[in-house]
Amino acid sequence: MMSISNSMPIKQWEKRSFWQKLTVFDAIWGLIVTVGSGYIYMSYRIYMDSYEVAIQILATLTLIIWGFYWKSVRPFILAVATLAMVALWRYGIDSELHKGDLLLRYFLESQAAFMWMSIFYIGATFFYLCDFLRKSEIFWRTATSLLWIATVSGLTGLLVRWRESYLLGDDIGHIPVSNLYEVFILFILITGLLYLFYENRYRARAVGVFVTLVISGFVVFLMWYTFHRQAYHIQPLMPALQSYWMKVHVPANFIGYGAFTLASMFGIAFLIRSGAEIHFPNGFIERVLPPLELLDNIMYRAIVLGFSAFTVATILGALWAAEAWGGYWSWDPKETWALIVWLNYAAWLHLRLTKGWNGAPMAWWAVISIFITMFAFLGVNIFLSGLHSYGSL
Amino acid sequence: MVVSWRSIIWVLLEVLSSMNLAIILLVIIAIASVIGTVLQQNQPYPNYVRKLGPFWFEVFRCLGLYDVYSSIWFICILAFLVISISVCLYRQVPVLLLDMVKFHTKIQIESLLNLQQSTEWLSIDRNTKQILAKVTGTLISHNYSWRSQDYGTHQVVAAVKGRYNRLGYLLTHIAVVLIIIGGLLDSDFWLKLKEWQGQIAVERRYLPFLSPIPQISKLQPGAIPTFRGNVMLPEGNTTNFVFLSLHNGFLVQELPFSIELKDFKVEYYETGQPKAFISQIRILDQEHLGIQPLDAIIQVNRPLVYRGYSIYQSNFGDGGSKLKLRAWPFYSDRNKWLHPLDLQGSVGNEIKLSGESGDLTIELEDLRLFNLLPELDSERKFHNFGPSLSFKLRNEVGKAWEYLNYMVPVQLEGRSFYVSGVRTSMEEPFRYIYIPSANNSPERFLKFNACLHNLDWVRTVLKQNKTAIENSSGLQRDFEFIRLNLIKLFMEGGFPAVSARAKAVVPADQLYKVTSLYFNLLEDTLAKIFIEILREEGMKVDEGVGENEEVFLKDAIFALTTVPNYGAPFYLQLQSFQQIESSGLQVTYSTGTSFIHIGFFLLVTGIFIMFYTSYRRIWIWLAVENFAVRLVLAGRTGDRCQSDFINEFLLFREILNDLLGTVPKKES
Ligand code: HEM
Repeated sequence: MMSISNSMPIKQWEKRSFWQKLTVFDAIWGLIVTVGSGYIYMSYRIYMDSYEVAIQILATLTLIIWGFYWKSVRPFILAVATLAMVALWRYGIDSELHKGDLLLRYFLESQAAFMWMSIFYIGATFFYLCDFLRKSEIFWRTATSLLWIATVSGLTGLLVRWRESYLLGDDIGHIPVSNLYEVFILFILITGLLYLFYENRYRARAVGVFVTLVISGFVVFLMWYTFHRQAYHIQPLMPALQSYWMKVHVPANFIGYGAFTLASMFGIAFLIRSGAEIHFPNGFIERVLPPLELLDNIMYRAIVLGFSAFTVATILGALWAAEAWGGYWSWDPKETWALIVWLNYAAWLHLRLTKGWNGAPMAWWAVISIFITMFAFLGVNIFLSGLHSYGSL
Repeated sequence: MVVSWRSIIWVLLEVLSSMNLAIILLVIIAIASVIGTVLQQNQPYPNYVRKLGPFWFEVFRCLGLYDVYSSIWFICILAFLVISISVCLYRQVPVLLLDMVKFHTKIQIESLLNLQQSTEWLSIDRNTKQILAKVTGTLISHNYSWRSQDYGTHQVVAAVKGRYNRLGYLLTHIAVVLIIIGGLLDSDFWLKLKEWQGQIAVERRYLPFLSPIPQISKLQPGAIPTFRGNVMLPEGNTTNFVFLSLHNGFLVQELPFSIELKDFKVEYYETGQPKAFISQIRILDQEHLGIQPLDAIIQVNRPLVYRGYSIYQSNFGDGGSKLKLRAWPFYSDRNKWLHPLDLQGSVGNEIKLSGESGDLTIELEDLRLFNLLPELDSERKFHNFGPSLSFKLRNEVGKAWEYLNYMVPVQLEGRSFYVSGVRTSMEEPFRYIYIPSANNSPERFLKFNACLHNLDWVRTVLKQNKTAIENSSGLQRDFEFIRLNLIKLFMEGGFPAVSARAKAVVPADQLYKVTSLYFNLLEDTLAKIFIEILREEGMKVDEGVGENEEVFLKDAIFALTTVPNYGAPFYLQLQSFQQIESSGLQVTYSTGTSFIHIGFFLLVTGIFIMFYTSYRRIWIWLAVENFAVRLVLAGRTGDRCQSDFINEFLLFREILNDLLGTVPKKES
């Protein structure tokens, strides 16, 4: 290594490696997650097969590294873990307990948590809207905090629901990603969390209003699905779903969906801003929305993330299908639509990477793609039937 | 002009490997996929004709739209995609590999100045060694690897980071090729090829289990490199073949070993939903296992892999359960009903009956142990309605009715009923008849029904039970006549027949009065007959009947009105059964698996390398000209997002500013 000559001002020009950047807090984080995961393992190992233990180890590592890269996720995870632990402690081994326990009944029972989640998401939408119309630090901070709190509530709810399913019966217990109701919540949470990540990293806060509006739309659907269709009941798993693959296949899919949704929201912001730049130069929109380049950039990153996750998810699905249905690929409608979604974004990325297309056409494409993606998610369930219909509407 | 072969090939390669072609192919595949999900695939042809009409049916058939994913054109597009990507790879690989190992120190200053990022300094500081040392140190700490070259007149430091990024691109595309090849290897292409060569012929007849199959529809083990076949195996049976389905027909694929189904069972959750399908199988394979068989348990998600063959739990059904049945005639007279017919049969087989109204065949189709249906008062709660038998009744001319009979009486509003559904085509929903049960038997109702068919007997009963008015008035005979007629009408067509008759014979102004008189009379008559039947049962009826019997009578009258539309001349009661289950096994053999696995691995690795490592190059060009140092810093990246690279570049620039003590002469 070179020594720094005296004539030079001290600058941060020696980039520190990943390991050098880690601090004491990182170490503590790693320790907490490891211990927590170990505790979970000790408590629930009887329910896990060796694949599931491997998945848990993988998840633990992911969580640790995630915390290294994105510090804000640590308080988030700690909050969720604490709340879930309180709920589990209140429940004990009695699923009837929530009837008498006010803390469970009004806050921590999964249904209650999902209600709070919905309320907070709608609140966040309101404050993002305020911040959009009248830029103010207070509005924005409130909005972001609400978004975090909503996500904490939702994830806590899912974890508690996981436990609740076991309280209904050991043979009924399963990770809550097995039907449309459960994955819809997962989808909302992932979309929210990914937005928080991009907002945090790129200070693209004004896009929050678009994202939360869409999330609110999903929340409304969830309410309809909950109250009108009574979809919230925990159902035992059919034999085809009793597999460790579900734990990886489904979350990976929803990281994909969430990221694609986000990309289209950034696409909309891009289109609005680029329209405004032409028709109302130096107007309101330009003051509020981040610059085009940044929007374009985030849109690209979201699609890359979604595409990567979706590829993994589809491959995991195919591997699972080989075990459950006797073949990697059966051209079942859900599979086929997953392929269509994949091909669509593959084409998008090709044009962007090899032909250098960007700007409005690509933004339009990203926005329209969300309809293809949503058809794969909901349309297939509504209009087509096949092997994969666990979440019929 | 002479067009050389070489140039033609070159142009061809150019076209094949072009991006546009690839994207067009991707889009076509996507559109074909959409068609395949919108138009239901592999349905029986008549369904399509009905939906599309004969003209479009034919058009769609020619386009192969009923089995898009294995139609010739679809396979060709996939093959074309493979070729296109392969050509593209063939042309790119050498370039990319070379680029990966090279540092490109041999670069002209002009091209450096034209790069996305470049900055130039002129400085009088002559300490080039120190400058270079510092620069390379910084490069290393930013994970660049570098080479420097002294050209005498100038020096070049060329640095590169993430050069394996381009490998990502290669891996991804190789992966796609491998996956498609694997998929094609595992498609039914081979079957079609054999069929096209005339070596095999699809069997389209329906043949019962264990009947001989023509040799031309059989495939020896290893005849094709891949297959996916199914067989329904009853408990206790052994098979050494499976059925492959192709174009609305099937072929038989022989296996190099036998599978015996020792036992099959379904486990249920407390709610009644199925929890597990479990087959205990035994593999018999003299050649490889000797006399020692291999026992295994297979379940959904837990197949058995044996000698490269995978055996899956994929279905279940009835394997010929033995049934004890009782046919209670509906239309026969009082004397006959006392001898309901006891029958025996097994699921999957037929029972032939001959009667006055011609021969009838009962085709016993399925026995289901559990029928989990929503409870009537709530959509959410499910109730197990117990075993059910479905069967078809076919008359001499081939017309068939389909029935679904529940074995155990169903509870409705506190009463119990024998429920039987009937329909004449698969598209209709079942219409149900609710036979009230008394003492856990349909007997009372059926006796009631049979007696009502015997008008002589009805007349006798009426004679014995004349009411005072009827006796006193001279209307006695008329009343009897009307009563008998009403019963006859009612038994033929229910209440509607009665009111239709009234309409036909009574003037309009008296219609209402007469109709209600008819109905009253009819109900009174029915009650009389019913009481007589209760009396025959040994019940004390002189003081009137209990509430239960009154309700029974109401239910019975309601059921009687539905009997005329029931179709079958008898009610078939499932008395008892001995269940024999059969397990649906799927056996597959695949050659594409290893291609696909490698493909999957490369695809994921490739995508992550491609998107999450960045490819960056930085050059420092340095010369001493006219007693000054001329230094150019330039760089480029393959990333779509330049911002990270620009930040890094700015950092380097600042470092050089500090080192050289001057500001840049030119900035890009
Ligand atoms: C190549 C094979 C597969 C592909 C491409 C695939 C694709 C997908 C996609 C795109 C989703 C997103 C959720 C949605 O749209 O509803 C999904 C969800 C899901 N998949 Fe798969 N899948 C495959 C195989 C399987 C297999 C074999 C199973 C289980 C037997 C399975 C079980 C599930 C479940 C439980 C969900 C979430 C529940 C739901 O969405 O209702 N998948 N899959």
